[in-house]
Amino acid sequence: MNQEELLKEMYESTLLGNAPAVLELTNAGLAMGLSPETLLFDSLIPSLEEVGARFERGDFFVPEMLIAGRAMAGALEVLRPLMIETGIEPVGTFVMGTVKGDVHDIGKNLVDIMLEGAGFHVIDLGVQVAPEKFVEAIQEHKPDIVGFSAFLTTTMPMFKANINVLEKAGLRDQVIVMVGGAPVTQEYADAVGADGYASDASAAVKKAKELLARKRAVASA
Amino acid sequence: MTVHTVLRSPTREVVIGDDQPFCIIGERINPTGRKIFQEQLRAGDLSRIVIDVAQQVAGGAMVLDVNMGVPLADEVDLMVQAVTLIQSLTDLPLCIDSSVIEALDAGLATYQGKALVNSVTAEDDRLEAILPLVKRYGAAIIALPNDEFEIPYEPERRLELARKVVDVATNNYGIALEDIVIDPLAMPIGADTSLVTKTLETIALIHDELGVNMTLGASNVSFGMPDRLTLGATFLAIAMRCGLTSAIMDARAPQLVRAVQAGDLLLDRDPWGASWIAAHRSQQAASNP
Repeated sequence: MNQEELLKEMYESTLLGNAPAVLELTNAGLAMGLSPETLLFDSLIPSLEEVGARFERGDFFVPEMLIAGRAMAGALEVLRPLMIETGIEPVGTFVMGTVKGDVHDIGKNLVDIMLEGAGFHVIDLGVQVAPEKFVEAIQEHKPDIVGFSAFLTTTMPMFKANINVLEKAGLRDQVIVMVGGAPVTQEYADAVGADGYASDASAAVKKAKELLARKRAVASA
Repeated sequence: MTVHTVLRSPTREVVIGDDQPFCIIGERINPTGRKIFQEQLRAGDLSRIVIDVAQQVAGGAMVLDVNMGVPLADEVDLMVQAVTLIQSLTDLPLCIDSSVIEALDAGLATYQGKALVNSVTAEDDRLEAILPLVKRYGAAIIALPNDEFEIPYEPERRLELARKVVDVATNNYGIALEDIVIDPLAMPIGADTSLVTKTLETIALIHDELGVNMTLGASNVSFGMPDRLTLGATFLAIAMRCGLTSAIMDARAPQLVRAVQAGDLLLDRDPWGASWIAAHRSQQAASNP
């Protein structure tokens, strides 16, 4: 197998969620002299992008997204320490949590997996995250994006409360705010002053990349 | 021990119990995930509800769930309008569904009859806010066994929280045991294939330990999966055998409604198969007019 064939094989194995094969190919690729960056950006991430595209078309279903994400996570465990050594940055850093008063986390966990699959470094604060906890995590991790998840119409107002606390802490301009959850709509996200909304895990990744690219374009302009 | 949860409209009574036909609660009057319906409701246009009521009644719903949780709209006012409208269209009892206390209160105040309330959790502040309403309006209540810390994975923990709600409701608020319907928590099989067995174990456990009626959001189970109706129909049949006596479900889907009716017959709740045969005849009549 040459390098090109390996990357292709790894792409296919990730798409099918074959975690043992992806792990084996990761190690084989490194042994062959491929850089962690090449494995990630020329095989794993494009594969997960294809998973997302198939999901959006209705050709792929939630478990297939999860199993592909898991296959990629196995490879990342090997690649991440190497990348840190060589100073390669993740695609972006994402702090995530369900809002205070809300313990529903199935949707959030799906988004985590897809974000990691896209190369984001995800820091998941769990459920019932108080506004101050988000502030602390943003100060500590300096994420590009913070994500608030809410499953109930009664907990959605915490989006606004969190954003207010970020403003007070002087952090609002430093971080992109994304919101999501079953009852959330684009209109609601706009009304509370969030930067982005997505209706499912795959769309969330797309939106996160888009917002990040826009922010970086502005920053470098 | 058979526990009967009785719901009423001014002219009709529906009984939930393990010796009764499985109680189909129509889920459709709910704007979550329905963009056009949300926009209509925000504009004060309730006309879609007329269609939703007709389709669910025709499909075999016995109770209709009413949820008006539209972001950026006056949920209290919408609930009052919706309950009034629906009661002018059908004599099925209603399930007043909101996480907003004021909307529950307004819906119950408007409703004529004995409603089902959806829902209370085992969180202390929710119990304190909602149970007095249930008592005041003489309603029945759906209780979810989660608290402010977790949605428990293990059936034993769900039972503990269900027991807590039952104890508080009966001892502190004088609500009758038969007016408490536990939701054993249905979760998407696509997210984790062990989740539904946990729901089924919870149903069996609550059936054995508390003996109360149970309902759940059946459509949750098939979320994110293909051929949702086959999954839903199969889930309902298994859950009925475990002790589920009602579900909030898509009453417009014949595949689901027929599965439930078949379950009634196979579990000996349809003497002589009379309902099953009658349903077959009316289907025949409808297809050969």
